[in-house]
Amino acid sequence: MTQIKLSKCKIDQLVALCDEHGNQPGELINILHKAQELFGYLPREVQEVIARQLNIPVSKVYGVVTFYSFFSMTPKGEHPISVCMGTACYVRGAEKVLDEFKRLLNINVGETTPDGKFSLTSLRCVGACGLAPVVLIGEKVYGRVVPGDVEKILQEFQ
Amino acid sequence: MNYKMHILVCGGTGCRASASAQIITRLEECLRDKNLEDEVQVIATGCFGFCEKGPIVKIMPDNTFYVQVKPDDAEEIVNEHIIKGRKVERLLYKDPERKVAVSDSKHMGFYKKQLRIALRNCGFIDPENIEEYIARDGYSALAKCLTEMKPEEVIAEIKLSGLRGRGGAGFPTGMKWEFASKYQADQKYVVCNADEGDPGAFMDRSIMEGDPHSIIEAMAICGYSIGATKGLVYIRAEYPLAIHRLQVAIKQAKEFGLLGENIFGTGFHFDIEIRYGAGAFVCGEETALIHSMEGQRGEPTMKPPFPAEAGYLNRPTNVNNVETLANIPVIITRGANWFNKIGTERSKGTKVFALAGKINNVGLIEVPMGTTLREVIYEIGGGIKNGKKFKAVQTGGPSGGCLTEKHLDVPIDFDNLLASGSMMGSGGMIVMDEDDCMVSVAKFYLDFTVEESCGKCTPCRVGNKRLYEILDKITQGKGTMEDLDTLQNLSQVIKDTALCGLGQTSPNPVLSTLNNFYDEYVAHIRDHKCPAGKCKALLSFHIDPELCIGCGLCARNCPVDAIVGERKSPHFIDTSKCIKCGTCIEKCKFKAISTR
Repeated sequence: MTQIKLSKCKIDQLVALCDEHGNQPGELINILHKAQELFGYLPREVQEVIARQLNIPVSKVYGVVTFYSFFSMTPKGEHPISVCMGTACYVRGAEKVLDEFKRLLNINVGETTPDGKFSLTSLRCVGACGLAPVVLIGEKVYGRVVPGDVEKILQEFQ
Repeated sequence: MNYKMHILVCGGTGCRASASAQIITRLEECLRDKNLEDEVQVIATGCFGFCEKGPIVKIMPDNTFYVQVKPDDAEEIVNEHIIKGRKVERLLYKDPERKVAVSDSKHMGFYKKQLRIALRNCGFIDPENIEEYIARDGYSALAKCLTEMKPEEVIAEIKLSGLRGRGGAGFPTGMKWEFASKYQADQKYVVCNADEGDPGAFMDRSIMEGDPHSIIEAMAICGYSIGATKGLVYIRAEYPLAIHRLQVAIKQAKEFGLLGENIFGTGFHFDIEIRYGAGAFVCGEETALIHSMEGQRGEPTMKPPFPAEAGYLNRPTNVNNVETLANIPVIITRGANWFNKIGTERSKGTKVFALAGKINNVGLIEVPMGTTLREVIYEIGGGIKNGKKFKAVQTGGPSGGCLTEKHLDVPIDFDNLLASGSMMGSGGMIVMDEDDCMVSVAKFYLDFTVEESCGKCTPCRVGNKRLYEILDKITQGKGTMEDLDTLQNLSQVIKDTALCGLGQTSPNPVLSTLNNFYDEYVAHIRDHKCPAGKCKALLSFHIDPELCIGCGLCARNCPVDAIVGERKSPHFIDTSKCIKCGTCIEKCKFKAISTR
């Protein structure tokens, strides 16, 4: 078995979480949601503990984690940036805004800056289409963003 | 408490993004300062629909509709409107044609042609207060069903109403209920499909945020009709506010005895649980959704067996979409014969559309079936943004197609949209103007489908990827005329052979743009030109020395310092450095920069 690098206390929390859901394989997605809240992401070790508790193969847990876009196996940056690429934002120029973030941060979608400060993702519709194109940084919503605004927005977090 | 006035503030996701929560706090502070907190109540409601002009604040009983309100406007609203009874002119909606202020939403172009059935309570009630729902006839439909109607009578009423599923396929709801009612099992399930995955459609979220009890009531009615005692709402984890409001509503309904054991003393039990999606478009397909609720990968399976026979945990399951359910209580209280008078011959009632893109009035609208695209785009939507020319409207999301000028007078209903080469889908409606490249739009949707394909069947997993690659090649100017035939043939094969609705409809954006904008494809291939000026690989930026006055604004704003030139003399673009971002064109006040 792989060496588990998580702290004992975190593992206990995770085991308790699985217990709360009756260690039922049918509850896997609910458990993963809670586990991601707890750890911020779902590294391999977390998936192994869940698989053991639910008595299912790790491959099944991994299969579910990688199927759904909400689950992530890499830690997010301190300020996670999400650029809405829903259709409404796309036709109002979201792609250019995304390109500008990529250029200024020098990372691609799905990556985190080396200093761990920013991570960049694109998401599909937050439903604030009246404000298109929309960018989310953490909980903060930026509406009607043009490429020229990007540098200023990033400076707020420097 | 008897309040004399109410201030309704939109608490939907869109308006909250523009600080509507702070507006509420400021209004409450101002009212407290003036000792008016016992006379005027501030309520956070669901979405008013007019997202373009949000945040919206409405004063009742005089029905004044304020638009684009900021937290700093709170004081003036309280001092002027609440205390002195004078409307704050500058916050009223200005009619763009008549240039006059309109204070009542009934007289606004955006609302005039709308008929709100599914959205009837959104923007009127506090979604977190069950008593407000009850005051608007809430739960009376459930009471009527349980105390006056047999389950088969309820199903007959829904069948008579002609209601068809609002999630995309348009299957008759009453028939679906009837199938599920015919199977016997120790447990049956009612599932509400709230996994709204179509990018650009947000009606389900708005209904759950603005009127969650209507969904609970409808699910209980469905449970009674098909003999189910358990309900499950499958909702996207990306909708935290909708989840919260639904949780509050379920709790309140239980406290009021409207969910749980022995509802209305009739011996009928019904309970609702929430299940969370995790971001997979394919989970909108009912068999995939059921697998996801069972904790598995959301992959679809062949039908039959239909969920009505073997669904969640292999038990008979009825799956309905949020908007479909929102129509149920009204059909029961006002009668199927009222409902089936609205709409067209084969599509009854109304449809909610999320109107977005290059249109003046972005928002959520509800119109009777049979309304034309022209009425929606020009009368309700207020026409195209910045006076540009209408090019296309995309309906049905990634499964739908693009309709053009020649379709503008088609009455919108399930069958007409299908006949025109698109589909109703969940009701996303994205308007595009002359600056949108239709090849890029098709590529955008295919990019989505490729990412969201579950990978189970080959036509969808591999075929869509190939379609995407060909489209990408065309946008790079490297396409051939043979590619167009390949696109056509491959699309047809995918449609015919894919396992589920996602794959069977995914080539629609390609086919409809090929049909309606063939010349634009040809321009990319033969002339290496993108007529809309979108495809970067086919563009180069130039400054017209006749028009450039050398102000230097473009050079200062260029993110890569690709523009050079002396002050007061024409500038030049270094094409080796230029990243074709278009910032210079936006900034130039003299229209000196263009693409070729």
